[in-house]
Parts: sequence; structure tokens; C-alpha cells
Amino acid sequence: MAHRIFPKEEFLLRGHAACPGCGATILLRHVLKALGPKTYLVIPASCSSVIAGPYPKTAFSVPLLHIAFAASAAAASGMTEALEILGKGDANVVVWAGDGGTVDIGLQALSGAAERGHNFIYICYDNEAYMNTGIQKSGSTPPKAWTTTTPTGNPGMKKDLPAIMAAHRVPYVATLNPAYPNDILYKVRKAASIKGLKYLHALSPCPPGWRYDSSLTVEVARLAVETGMWVLYEVDHGVFRLTGPSKHLVDKARRKPVEEYLRLQGRFRHLSQSDIEELQKMVDEKWEEIARILEEQKR
Amino acid sequence: MASWFARPSAGAVGSGSWRVEKPVVDNDKCILCGLCWLYCPDGVVEIGDSGVKIDYDYCKGCGVCARECPVNAIKMVRER
Amino acid sequence: MKLVLTGNYAAAYAVKDAEPDVISAYPITPQTPIIEKLSEFVDGGELKAKFVRVESEHSAMASVIGASSVGARTYTATSSQGLFYMYEVCWWAAGARLPIVMGVVTRALGPPWSIWSEHTDFYAMRDSGWIMYFASSAQEVYDLTLQAYRVAEDGEVLLPALVGWDAFEVSHTYEPVTLLPPDSVKKVILKKPVPRPILSHEDPASLGNLAYPEEYVKIRRGIREAMANARRVARSVGKLFTELSGRDYTSFLECYRCEDAKVFFVVMGSIAGEGFEAVDALRKRGVKAGLIRVRLYRPFPYDELYETVKDAEGVIVVNRASRFGGYAPLSADVAVSMTVNGSDARFMEAVAGVGGVDVTSSDFLRIFDAYERGEKSVWVVPR
Repeated sequence: MAHRIFPKEEFLLRGHAACPGCGATILLRHVLKALGPKTYLVIPASCSSVIAGPYPKTAFSVPLLHIAFAASAAAASGMTEALEILGKGDANVVVWAGDGGTVDIGLQALSGAAERGHNFIYICYDNEAYMNTGIQKSGSTPPKAWTTTTPTGNPGMKKDLPAIMAAHRVPYVATLNPAYPNDILYKVRKAASIKGLKYLHALSPCPPGWRYDSSLTVEVARLAVETGMWVLYEVDHGVFRLTGPSKHLVDKARRKPVEEYLRLQGRFRHLSQSDIEELQKMVDEKWEEIARILEEQKR
Repeated sequence: MASWFARPSAGAVGSGSWRVEKPVVDNDKCILCGLCWLYCPDGVVEIGDSGVKIDYDYCKGCGVCARECPVNAIKMVRER
Repeated sequence: MKLVLTGNYAAAYAVKDAEPDVISAYPITPQTPIIEKLSEFVDGGELKAKFVRVESEHSAMASVIGASSVGARTYTATSSQGLFYMYEVCWWAAGARLPIVMGVVTRALGPPWSIWSEHTDFYAMRDSGWIMYFASSAQEVYDLTLQAYRVAEDGEVLLPALVGWDAFEVSHTYEPVTLLPPDSVKKVILKKPVPRPILSHEDPASLGNLAYPEEYVKIRRGIREAMANARRVARSVGKLFTELSGRDYTSFLECYRCEDAKVFFVVMGSIAGEGFEAVDALRKRGVKAGLIRVRLYRPFPYDELYETVKDAEGVIVVNRASRFGGYAPLSADVAVSMTVNGSDARFMEAVAGVGGVDVTSSDFLRIFDAYERGEKSVWVVPR
């Protein structure tokens, strides 16, 4: 019955150039369904720049501005101001950027746009590395993950962009996951109804980059949430709220062990037992922090 | 529309030629839950009251639909 | 209306007359008075525009690209390090065929740090597909900024356009500037909305998709054709402006005592003023000297320049630019103009005014002495 409940029209047309099983395109289909045709996309250098397909065709049936790597939030800033002064301010302006183009090279422009409070939705689809250029480590690569530039495992940490954006006091921050399209629909529509800069951070499983069979994309995405590694939440005008299955996972007993998520992915195959325990500890600590925040808010 | 703009088109690439195996739907088993349609990264699952049909012109054979089907109504069949 | 304005304020007044929708800029010496004045106009309600106070120059250009892509008229301004920081996105603007207008207050590059005038930053834009004007006075800054909008937005052109002018000597020096009356401005600046291809949800399309080589070449060739059209359009806009203002923009070159000249100086910018004095001094000596000041740098007026120097014995190009490993840009363009047209005149280049060093008429005379000695390329360095 899903096809009776979710918006039917496709704005990402079939025959696009994404890899088979691409998590980003599952996300994109649902983001665009939530927003409808009055949506202007800004896409910096990223997998999606190629997924659109080669000129003279494009797989997107909404207007799309391709822009240089570091510039998406700035281009969207100018675009949304222009649409407003030109009398089209009711249209959605959406940045659809990868993790590299957001947490690394695009961070300055995003921070500036957030401070200025322009009216657009910034969505980072996070496949946790520079996938378009061949799986190199980004500031969003999780600790210990294999990439081509961290062949023995990432020594770095994963930047917490949603927290950084919440610290900018933007009106709405939320996380998304392709295994939960109803959560996507709810959050994207909510974001579209709020004025100001809305930041959405989506987990985007990547078969070639994470090293798993393409059929497992939704399963991997689901396990990310069920193990507590990916938290579904929103920060709505400063109020933190867990959403979807994450609502019930403060209780550690209800979280699946992270090993179930890690085991499916070749990029974690080299992990030792103590590595896995370390990652489990990080996840547990993160949830203790979440429990503290929820407690604080209750008071 | 100026020549330097790209126009929306299905089939920006001939992705149907990419696949190695294809999903085959048993519509007798299908319960029309719509999850295959919901999760297909390529939007090639067509679903209506009579059942599910796959657009093989563009299906890449990723196998997500087969994996997510709750009643195992979709099998991946090797093509080459 | 006549006002006493600096070059920078003249730019702001021209932009106000052009009525842009979105202005975006990041401060850098010596551009800041432009954006300060524009902020006053916007906040004071004199100019109905959105002003985006971006966090870097790269974002300044990216934001006007975003705005222009959906149909807004835009403006930005910068200098030197700022221009180089936004450099990749400047090429994006031209490739995307967006009629953005930019002011470049020319300033030397570091290290060592310098805030004074040099045209090096301006020249860096020369291959990008931007239309490039160079003003030598506040009046010209005003006049050329208006013309830049008209040429950039022409349906046969649709390329971004910039106007350059010297730091401090023009940007911060007060002069009387005559503004065009509003109904004259309306005859120069196109009425909004300017008919041009834009991104619109009513007719969705993608701007900037990946293109395989065979298609890429065709799109880029479109820019080349637009540039060729720009030459023609700039000429007719110059004529129109001449009729409306009474100031002569019928040529891309300002020529001083060129009619019977045998040795020509070719320059750009405000050093021309000292050049005029040097020409007069040489004439007194019996040298048939003349001076050409280039006002439209891209598309370069190769034919016009050759026409002016075709009976020359010698051509001396004076560049205000740090260029290393090769001939300076203006030299190169003038030399090409002469070579492709079969000139056999002697050619010499000089570099003067680097780092904002004051260029005087005696420097021009020293350059002429070097020419007489048979030098090929000299740098004028203060004693």
C-alpha cells in the first residue's frame, strides 16, 4: 500500500547514472516527492553531479543548478534571495550535497549561510567518504573505516555536522535514513514549512564504497539505526527529539550490537575484536549523552 | 530554451544494459505492500492493483527489491 | 545630475541606476567604499535589492551565480587576493552564460602584501570569457559600468562583464561625475525582466550537467561566438552612450595625438594621464609620438588597434602588471594585433607601476630612451 500513501510522481527520472543500489538515489526520490515540482536544486561536485546524466539530457525534472564544489550553500543563498525579490519566494530551494562538499570544502559557505539565515533547505547525503572520486576519506568518514586514503582504517573522527548546525541556532536540524521514507517525508515537509536555513543530514549507504552487495542498501541503512550508530532525530527550534525507531533505543538492551552493522560492510572487515568494542563504546557513550539531553530538556 | 541547458529525460543513460541479473516478480505471491516501489533506487518498479511490473529498460539489477520484499515474491535471475 | 565622487562611489551610483536585484560582496581594500555605499542605498531604501554579506569572495561570486541563474540582475566587486580566491567560480559564471557585472579595483598581489594599484589581478580574467573594460577616471567607471550591464545582458552575448580601475588613483580620488538622467539610463539598461534563458520550475532544466568531450566543445564554442558578438554589441552600446551622454565612447581606444604619430605608447588605466604629458614633451623634441589607451580589453580590439598603428615605426606597450616568464598581457595582445596584420614596426614592452609605484611622464621618457637604445622588454624600477 506504500504506493497509495506516498506521493506518486517521480522527479528523479529512471535511467539515471547512479551505481546499482545507491542509497543517495533512494533518499533523493523521497526528498523530491516530499517537496514537489516547485523545487530548485543546487548540486555541488559530488556523485549526484554525475548521477544526473550527461548533457544534453538530465535525470532531474526540477530546475537544477550545478555549481563548484565549495559553493553550494553560497549559490543557494543568492538563489533564494533572488527568488524572493522576483516574487517566487514560495518555491523550495534545496542544496543536495555530499559529505565532502558539506563537512570539508563546503563548511565555510554553509556556516555563513546559516549565520545569515537564508531561506533554504540544505541536505547532506552522507556516504562517509569522497565516493565520486573513488572512496577517499572525508571529514565524515567514521573512525576505523577503510578508504583508499586510509587503507589501514581511518585514524580520524567523524565530524558531527548536525550538532555544528544546531550550534548555529538554525530553526530546524534533522537526520534522515533511506530505510525510513515516512520519516523522510515528515521531516522534509516540516523543513519546507519553516522559514530560515534548515539542515538535514542523511545516511547514504554506498555499495562500492562501503563494500557490500548492492541488494543490502536498505538493510545496511536499517541496521545503522537499529544498532544506534545512526540516530534519527530532529532539533526543532532548539528542542531535541528522537524520531522513528530511534525513539526506543535509549535503552541499550533494545539496541542491536554494532557488530551486526559493521559485519555487513567490507570497509570494516579488518576490524579486530577490540576495535569493535571501541566502536560499541563510542555508540554507547553517544546514547548516554542523548539520555542526558532528554533529561535536561524534561526539566 | 538555450542550448547549454540539459533537458529532463528518462534514460539519460542506458542503465538497463548494466545489469547481470534481473528481478522477476511472482505476482501470485505479491501482497501489494509497495515496499519494492518505495525502495527502488531507480524508480523502475511500477505497481498497481494488478501487481508489480519492472521497467527492464532501466533496471540495474541491484537486488534491493528482492531483498526487501517481505513475502519473497521477487527472485534475482542471472541474465548473463 | 553632477556629483563629486570617487571612482568607487561612481561605481555604486552606476549600480544603483542599473537596479540590480541581488548584490553580494566581501570586503577587501580598496573595494570597500563601493559596498559600503551600496549598503547605504539598500538600507536607506534608495535601492530595492537584496544585499548578501557573504563570508568570502568565493561565496560572493557563487551567490550571484545562484541569483543570476534564476533571473536576477546582480553585482559584486573585489580586488587582488579576493579576485583570485573567487577565481574558479568566475570561470563558472562565464561558462554558465550569466550576465553578472563585477567591479575590480586593481591591486597588487602578495607576498609582499600591497594594497596599491597594479593590473595583474585584472589580467588574470583575460581568458575566462568575461567581457573586460578598464576605466581611467571616476566618470569612466560610472559610464562603463552602465555599458557593461547592457552588453552583458544582450541576447546575443549573455556573458559576465567586469570593469577595472586603479586602486586609490581612481578608486579613492574625487572628481566631478555627471550621472545620466533617469530616462537616459532607461535607454541604456534593458528593462526587467531581461529575456534570457533561466532556471525555472515552469520549464525545468539543468544548468551545468556533465558533458562528454564532443558536446563540451560545442558548448564552449558558444562562448567564443558570444564574445565575437560582444565586440559588435559593445560598439553599438558605445555609440548609443555617446549620443546620450555627449562623452565619446564610439571607440574602444582613446587616442591621443595618434593621427600622424610614428611611435605609439599603448597603455591601460590612469597612467595614461602622465603618458599624455610625455607625448607632448616628445613632440616638442620632434618625435612624432602618440598614445593609445585601451578601454575595452576583452574582446580585444585587435583590428582597431592595428588600424591606428599601421603606419607606425614603433610601438611601446606599457603594462602595469607583474608578469613573469613571458611578455606581459597587454604587450602580447598588441604584438598579436600587429603580427597577424603583417606590421613590421618595432615592438617593445615596458612594465611600470608595479606595486602601485607612481608612474610619471619622466618614466615614459625613460621608457622611450630604452626604446631608442633598442631594448626589447624593460621594467621601470624607482631609483
